Amino acid sequence: MTFGDVPGVVETREAFGETTLVVDPDRLVEACSSLRDDHGFDMLVDIAATDYLGWGSPGVSGYIGTAQGRNLNRPSTQGLQALPAPKPKRFSLNYHLLAIKPGGPRVRVQVWLDDGEPVPTVVPIWPGADWFEREAWDMMGIPVEGHPYPERLLMDEDWEGHPLRKDYPIGGEPVRFSGEE
Amino acid sequence: MALTARPRLTKDPIYEGTRIPSPIPTVLEVDPAVKDTDDILTVNFGPNHPSTHGVLRLIVDLDGEVVVGIHAKVGYVHTGFEKNMEQKSWWKAITYAPRIDYLAYQNNELVFVLAIEKLLGLEIPPKAAWMRMLLSELNRIHSHLVWLATAALELGAISMFWYAFREREMIMDLSEMVAGYRMHTRYFQTGGLAEDIPAGFYPECRKFTESMPKAIEDYDALLRKNEIWEERTIGLGLLNRGDAIALGQTGPVLRASGVDWDLRRDNPYLLYDRTNFKVPVYPGGDTYGRYRVRIEEMQASVEIIEQCLDRLERMEDEPWIADDRKVVLPPREELHTSMESLIHHFKIVTEGYRVPEGEVYVAVESPRGELGCYVVSDGGPRPWRVKFRAPSFAALEGTATMVQGAYIADLIAIVGSLDTVMGEVDR
Repeated sequence: MTFGDVPGVVETREAFGETTLVVDPDRLVEACSSLRDDHGFDMLVDIAATDYLGWGSPGVSGYIGTAQGRNLNRPSTQGLQALPAPKPKRFSLNYHLLAIKPGGPRVRVQVWLDDGEPVPTVVPIWPGADWFEREAWDMMGIPVEGHPYPERLLMDEDWEGHPLRKDYPIGGEPVRFSGEE
Repeated sequence: MALTARPRLTKDPIYEGTRIPSPIPTVLEVDPAVKDTDDILTVNFGPNHPSTHGVLRLIVDLDGEVVVGIHAKVGYVHTGFEKNMEQKSWWKAITYAPRIDYLAYQNNELVFVLAIEKLLGLEIPPKAAWMRMLLSELNRIHSHLVWLATAALELGAISMFWYAFREREMIMDLSEMVAGYRMHTRYFQTGGLAEDIPAGFYPECRKFTESMPKAIEDYDALLRKNEIWEERTIGLGLLNRGDAIALGQTGPVLRASGVDWDLRRDNPYLLYDRTNFKVPVYPGGDTYGRYRVRIEEMQASVEIIEQCLDRLERMEDEPWIADDRKVVLPPREELHTSMESLIHHFKIVTEGYRVPEGEVYVAVESPRGELGCYVVSDGGPRPWRVKFRAPSFAALEGTATMVQGAYIADLIAIVGSLDTVMGEVDR
C-alpha cells in the first residue's frame, strides 16, 4: 500500500512491519479524511499519546540508563548500548487505523506536539475518536481543538496535572476527600 | 452438535443511515423542545450498581420509562496501570497486564508479551504458541461464561448463573493446574511459557472439551427458546454496520452488527492461521445477536482447543521457551553447575533484559474484541510507554447510539450485552 497521495505527510517510516506516517498537525484532518475515503481506513482503533520528556537523558522519573554508561549510584541503571534517536518534539500522538477488508491493513498516523500545542479533532471523521481524544487530554494534557466535549474522561473534572506525563510525581499524592476546602 | 439458529423474530428492521448523536457521539442529549418540561426525569444510575459490571455511572434522562438522554461517566477504577508498567522492568510489567481486564487475563498477558517479542524479534517455539492459543481460547470461554451468567441474571434468569459458573470452575481448575493460579496466571513469559505444561493437563483438558459442547447446548436450550429472553433481547440495542465501524466497535459487538471480522482469521497471530474455526456473524445488530455470537464463539473455541490438544499431545519433549539466554531465564538445574547461567539469571532478575528501541502496536482478538497494545521502548530494561487499547472502552462509546428509545429496564440488558469490564475501560 502506498501513501504518496496523503496530504501533509512529512515522513514515512517502516519498522517492525508497521507503517508510520508522520503528519503535520495542521493538516491532520486532511490526511485522515484522505486515509478514510481514498485508502479505506474506516476504523480508528486507538489514539495513543506518548510523552518523550527526558528521552535519552538521565534524571527524569522512569528513566534508567545514562549516556555515559552504568551509574553505580542509581540502582538498576545500565548504560544504553546506543543513545535512542532524538525526537522532534515532546509529545507524539499516534492514531492507529485499520481497514475492515481482506488482509486487514493497518497504518499509524503520528503527529508531534510541544507542551500545550493543540491538535485538531478527528471526531467528525471517526466518531469513535471522542473518548480517545478526551483521554489524551486527561492523561497527557494534549489540548484537542474543536472537540465537541473537551472534558477530562477518567480523572475528576477538577484534577490538577496530567498523570501519565513523565514529570508527574509518582506516589505521595495527598488523599482527597469530597467537600474538602 | 447441531445448533441451528432460529429465524430471527424481527421487531424492527435495523435502521438505515446513522443514529450516532451529533455533535457529541457519546452523549445522547434530550430534545431541547421537551428538555425543561416536567416530563423529563433525570436518573443517576450507578456508579455502584450490580448490573454495571464494575463501576460505571450513567446519567439517564427518562420520558416516562423511555430513555431519551444518556451520558456515561467512567474513570472510577482508574488505577494507573500504564504508568505503573513504565516503572517496572519488562518482565515484571507482564504481571500487570492480566489485571487490566480481570476476566480476559490471559489475552491481556498475551498481547503484552507479543509486543515485547515483536520488539525483540524473538521467535517462540511451536509448543509455546499452541499452548498460548489453547489457554487464550479457554480464557475466552471463561469470559463469555461470566458474561452469559451475569447478563442472564440481570434479566431474571438466575439458574443460568449456576450452570455457567459450574463450567467456569472447570476452567479455573485447569488454570490452576497449569500456572498455579486460578486467575491472573502470568503463565506467558517472553519467549514462550513460564513453565512446562504439567503432566496430566491434556487428559483433564480433554474432559473439559468433551463436556463443554453439551453444556453450551444446555445454556442455549435454557435461553434461546425462552420467550422472556427473546422478548427482551431481539431488536433491542440496535447498532448497524456503518455505525459499528465508525464507533470503532470490535469483537462480538461488531460481528453481531453483520461485519465478518475476526483478528484470529483476518490478522492472524500465533498459529491461528493453521486452525479451522467458524466465525459467527449475525446481521441483526441487537442484543440477541451479541448473545448468539458469544454462544457460537464458545463452540468455536472448543474446536480450537481440540486442535491445539491434537498438536500438543505430539510435542511432549519439545521446548516450551525460546533458547535465548539474554532474555529467557536459564533452566533452574543449570544454576548449580554453570557460572554463565547464574550470571544470566542474576542479570535478568535484577536489571531485566533490554528491549531494542522502537514502537509497536500489537492487536489480538480478546473475548471483547480488538485488544491492542502500543509499546514504546528506549532501548533500556523498562518500557518507556505502554498503552492498552481496550475493546470495552470503544464498546461503551456506543451506548448513546444503542439505547435510543429503549426502556429503562432494557437499558440494563443493552449495556450488559456489550460485555464491558470497567477495569479495562479505566485502566
